[in-house]
Amino acid sequence: MVKDLLKNSAVKKIIEKSQVKSPWLVHYDCGSCNGCDIETLACLTPLYDVERFGVINIGNPKHADVLIVTGSVNSRNKKVLKQIYDQMPAPKIVIAVGSCGLTGGIFRDAYNVVGGVDKIIPVDVYVPGCPARPEAIIDGVVEGLNKLKEIQQAAALAS
Amino acid sequence: MMTILYAILGVTLAPFAGILIAGTDRILTAKFQSRTGPPLLQPLYDIAKLWAKEPMVGHRFQPLCVYIYLAAAMVSVALFFAQSDLLLIFFVQAVGAVFLVMGAFLVPSPFSQAGANRELIQILTYEPLIIIVLAGIHLYTGSFKISAVYAMDKPLLMNLPLLFIVFGYALTIKLRKSPFDISASHHAHQELVRGVFTEYSGRMLALIEIAHLYETVLILGLCSLFWTTSIMGMVVLLALTYIAEIIVDNISARMSFRWMLKSVWASGLVLSAINLIWLYSGGRI
Repeated sequence: MVKDLLKNSAVKKIIEKSQVKSPWLVHYDCGSCNGCDIETLACLTPLYDVERFGVINIGNPKHADVLIVTGSVNSRNKKVLKQIYDQMPAPKIVIAVGSCGLTGGIFRDAYNVVGGVDKIIPVDVYVPGCPARPEAIIDGVVEGLNKLKEIQQAAALAS
Repeated sequence: MMTILYAILGVTLAPFAGILIAGTDRILTAKFQSRTGPPLLQPLYDIAKLWAKEPMVGHRFQPLCVYIYLAAAMVSVALFFAQSDLLLIFFVQAVGAVFLVMGAFLVPSPFSQAGANRELIQILTYEPLIIIVLAGIHLYTGSFKISAVYAMDKPLLMNLPLLFIVFGYALTIKLRKSPFDISASHHAHQELVRGVFTEYSGRMLALIEIAHLYETVLILGLCSLFWTTSIMGMVVLLALTYIAEIIVDNISARMSFRWMLKSVWASGLVLSAINLIWLYSGGRI
């Protein structure tokens, strides 16, 4: 009874709105040349001011909603990547940034490289580029939030 | 009867006031850095989002610690609005602060442990100063009751100006603003992955944020005791104090806990001693 009330109430609407308006990031760089890593941090400077959208670089997977991964995954850090992903409480989205994050990029044939991020964890948004521009990364986060809305709608239909 | 009504009113309205204060804080900080900043209700969005996250608890006693922290914050705000005893309010909030640290100590994560240790040192730094400020208020008004402060016909700031500065130190430490954000920074990537908050997540973190809103309101409430004769004066004093906090937060770097202990205790104790001696020698009490 109380649960039904909560399901359709204003509280639920506020929560759904808040989930889209408050994405907290954790950023993990798997390796390669660090170009995308620097561009991702550039998004967080006053020039682009992503805090307008409620984005905070929280740096702690247990508090984060969005995982931004740059660089190609290798055999050494795939466990670390998986662990960071597992530590994030749902609902969460993963954004792979840059050519290396998407496919392994120029490093894909190296003996130690596993490939793109999606070989290890499910990726929601792919942001191409070498390196990806800050505008493209911000666009990727916004696209990820649309995906979060879809997840919410699917959950609402299922219940 | 009226006091209970005030207490209930205070406890219900305090989080909303806290959200507005925190939102203004973030917007002003953004303006100082020539940014636009988040919407005013951003703290509300953050809390609502955290509330709906999947529960992940590091230790089974952690939720208990969070509940006690929140309850202590709520009770101390209620006591404040009921114009109760200052010492009682102080000890109730101290219990809450210690339980937050205990919750962080429960898990083996090194970030959480280091953050909890630093939080303990922060508590150790500001608690004696607050006690001295309260003692000063008692010397001047003759009572620890908040109602006694309201009974004065001149603002406390006229006779306890240095104690107000000392209280400002405690305020900065309690709000975890630079240079004293050593146990848990608002910007987690800078220091200890959020220190004492690292291992709290989801709904637990939302409750901690709410408790922090209550604490902000309580501390600003205690600040308001320094100008009780007119509402206008009270509002101006609070606004000036908080803006000064934000400016200090923006212009100073994070310091080590040793620096905090040395500088805050040295200047705090000297300032309070001067103020109290001045009170005595002037025959004001």
